[in-house]
Amino acid sequence: MDTALHSMRERIVAAHHARTSLRIHGNRTKDFYGATIKGDPLDTRGHAGIVDYEPSELVLTARCGTSLEEIALTLAKHGQFLAFEPPAFSGNPTLGGIVAAGLSGPRRAQVGAVRDFVLGTRLLTAEGELLRFGGQVMKNVAGFDVSRLLCGSLGILGLISEVSIKVLPLPKQEVTLRLPMSATEALAAFNRWRGQPLPISAGSWFDGATTVRLSGAPAALAAAQVRIGGDPLADDDAATWWNSLRNQTHPFFGNRTSLWRLSVPATTPLMAIPGPLAAEWNGALRWHATELPAEEVRRLASAAGGTATQWRGAGEDGMFHPLSPTVLEIHRKLKERFDPRGIFNPGRLVTGL
Amino acid sequence: MQDAPRKPTADSLRFEANPGTRWSDLTQPATLDHRQTLICALQAVLPADCILEREEERRPYECDGLSSHTQLPMLVVLPRTEEQVRAVLTTCHALDVPVVARGAGTGLSGGAMPHASGVVLSLARLNGILKIDPEACTARVQPGVRNLAVSEAAAPFGLYYAPDPSSQIACSIGGNVAENSGGVHCLKYGLTVHNVLGIRGFTIMGELLELGGGALDSPGLDLLAVTIGSEGLLVVVTEATLKLVPKPELAQVVMASFDDTGKAGDAVAAIIAAGIIPAGLEMMDRKATVAVEPFVKAGYDLTAEAILLAESDGTPAEVAAEIADIERVLRASGATTIKVSQSEAERLRFWSGRKNAFPAAGRISPDYYCMDGTIPRKTLGRMLRAIGDMETRFGLRCMNVFHAGDGNLHPLILFDANAPGEMDRANEFGAEILELCVKLGGTITGEHGVGVEKINSMCVQFSTAERNAFFAVKSAFDETGLLNPGKAIPTLARCAEYGKLHVHQGQIPHPDLPRF
Repeated sequence: MDTALHSMRERIVAAHHARTSLRIHGNRTKDFYGATIKGDPLDTRGHAGIVDYEPSELVLTARCGTSLEEIALTLAKHGQFLAFEPPAFSGNPTLGGIVAAGLSGPRRAQVGAVRDFVLGTRLLTAEGELLRFGGQVMKNVAGFDVSRLLCGSLGILGLISEVSIKVLPLPKQEVTLRLPMSATEALAAFNRWRGQPLPISAGSWFDGATTVRLSGAPAALAAAQVRIGGDPLADDDAATWWNSLRNQTHPFFGNRTSLWRLSVPATTPLMAIPGPLAAEWNGALRWHATELPAEEVRRLASAAGGTATQWRGAGEDGMFHPLSPTVLEIHRKLKERFDPRGIFNPGRLVTGL
Repeated sequence: MQDAPRKPTADSLRFEANPGTRWSDLTQPATLDHRQTLICALQAVLPADCILEREEERRPYECDGLSSHTQLPMLVVLPRTEEQVRAVLTTCHALDVPVVARGAGTGLSGGAMPHASGVVLSLARLNGILKIDPEACTARVQPGVRNLAVSEAAAPFGLYYAPDPSSQIACSIGGNVAENSGGVHCLKYGLTVHNVLGIRGFTIMGELLELGGGALDSPGLDLLAVTIGSEGLLVVVTEATLKLVPKPELAQVVMASFDDTGKAGDAVAAIIAAGIIPAGLEMMDRKATVAVEPFVKAGYDLTAEAILLAESDGTPAEVAAEIADIERVLRASGATTIKVSQSEAERLRFWSGRKNAFPAAGRISPDYYCMDGTIPRKTLGRMLRAIGDMETRFGLRCMNVFHAGDGNLHPLILFDANAPGEMDRANEFGAEILELCVKLGGTITGEHGVGVEKINSMCVQFSTAERNAFFAVKSAFDETGLLNPGKAIPTLARCAEYGKLHVHQGQIPHPDLPRF
């Protein structure tokens, strides 16, 4: 056990004995995400570094404090990348934070989310035990898939100290197309394209235009471009565009007092929510800047078969969509068993847990 | 909705709340009185033809695909509706009766092996495809629907369901969810966990649980991910929402021969290193090709020590380019012959041997034992040599088929259960392969599940604290321990017993950590 891991373990064991709360953090790029909580800060950045990376295995193993920048640079040297495109926001997130937050970028609808790429984790528990779940292999059904359970857990079950993650080769080629259209037309276009064997790796609608990215073999891209139409963006502009959505530096996200993130079935028609709208994930992710009461937004999202997160401007009810009583009860029991004294990020993901 | 902050209850609840111990003996029969009480209670909630009481009716349920492990269940129920499933669960919960959910019974790890004092809950009659949504590219199906039936129903829309375990003609979606089934295309298209968007089901207490759904993410912990592959220990699934993908315009397969299995293993790594993710990447050794060729007449090169099958799919132009890339890498890796399928019939013929490897093993040997370990691809050569040594040591033959692309091995140990000692030797052979998988940084099961079969090997792969964490997950969903007891996670007592018989290089996992 290295020094940094050892000292984090000591802090955790001490907190467990003293029944005090810890607030786990890395580079603090996602402090806004989840409830604001009290607790002694526990910095994970000391436990950093890539432990194992063999490009032909398509797996990278790194400690929780390793930065996205370091991982991305290492992978790029071998023509590989983190296909779920985790957002960096305005900083340089750590791997632990990326997994704990479970947020994915523009490629989500095509390739999957963080949880689809996590193969194994090490978890430092409240009692200071270091547990290993999953591993470095693609297929593994030994024991419950606790590693994926930790994705998006916001640290409430323990400290994710190490992660093995599947990586992919960079697409051979990419082209981004822009097609001016209304939101309704965009949703219809996404619905039309979805069922066809088209290499669409991202689809967004902002400011009266659909922007679609194609990734794959040059031959496939050329054929798809003919079928979709629109104007190709210059490579630099395309990169800027997708990064601005991935990291939310696009002006749509700026200076909003109230912003909702709706995760709904992609085929959901335009929703009756007043205020500016933008869409990602080929229609499956909707951003609504609205002053509509929270209950009303949540009701509309539920009715559509989805959920609503109050990304900005959340009130006392918190930003997350409420859980059903049965699901909440399972959360409560998991928390009780993994963190019986409630020391890890209490309340950040679910009120009271 | 959410309650006010609540003080965690007594620490003793924690990992010690072990629901694994109470029902861990699968052979412990119930009393006659108890059985009669249960039958009466179930008759009140199920039509008579949904309850199988007589021994000859129950006998077909005594095992799943792992026929070496049998146990007659106390009772079998075959509900037709979701409401009946719920009623069975609440009844069994009230009367403290174990429940073993069962799909098509094709599982290879004994996950659906019955409990002597329990009920087998067959989901076979819940076999409706509720909706195919071609715009959303989803299918909503009941658990008894066969895997292949989903793709057949989606075909008119140019869509299909990607996970394709070899048993796909027979195996059911409910079983696929329970086992997180894979198949030959999961390198590119993922496992069941990557292709199930949501499930609907019931806890042992009969509470409705809806996880995931039509949207891409949900708030809270990812309970959907942990229930997939949970081997029927957490929830009984009554409905699943599956992701459908557009059928590629064309698929072609390259078949390459190698005069050395190590070279074939290196070729697999070279393909991946070249930035190619084939739709399928499979390997068979000579013992396997020799066994299947007379059976399927696939045209395999029987002089080759190993053959690789690499599939490419996409648009015709895309496939042509990728096949050329694959061919180039294979030649550079020392392939002695290369054939590319020139028609759909030929592609299917190339695959036929791989898909029929298990029945072929049954044809050349009275019995066979199929293993399912996964290892890092780079250790493939080492594993093959070790298996060769074990063949000599145990005096048994082993043919090897692999999902080479994802390092998932299916060594088939050939034996004759009627020959004295052979079955025990086969079991030891298998256990040794699995221990080596763990040692090489892999896992004891890639896609078949732990069930009863590999429960001892779980003691090798996981520490006591890790196994307790699994029990913590189990008890968060099922505090009673009634759902599929005695499977998947070994109790401390069981591991202690196994440990006495078996010393693992004198090592415990994480020797650097203090043990409590």
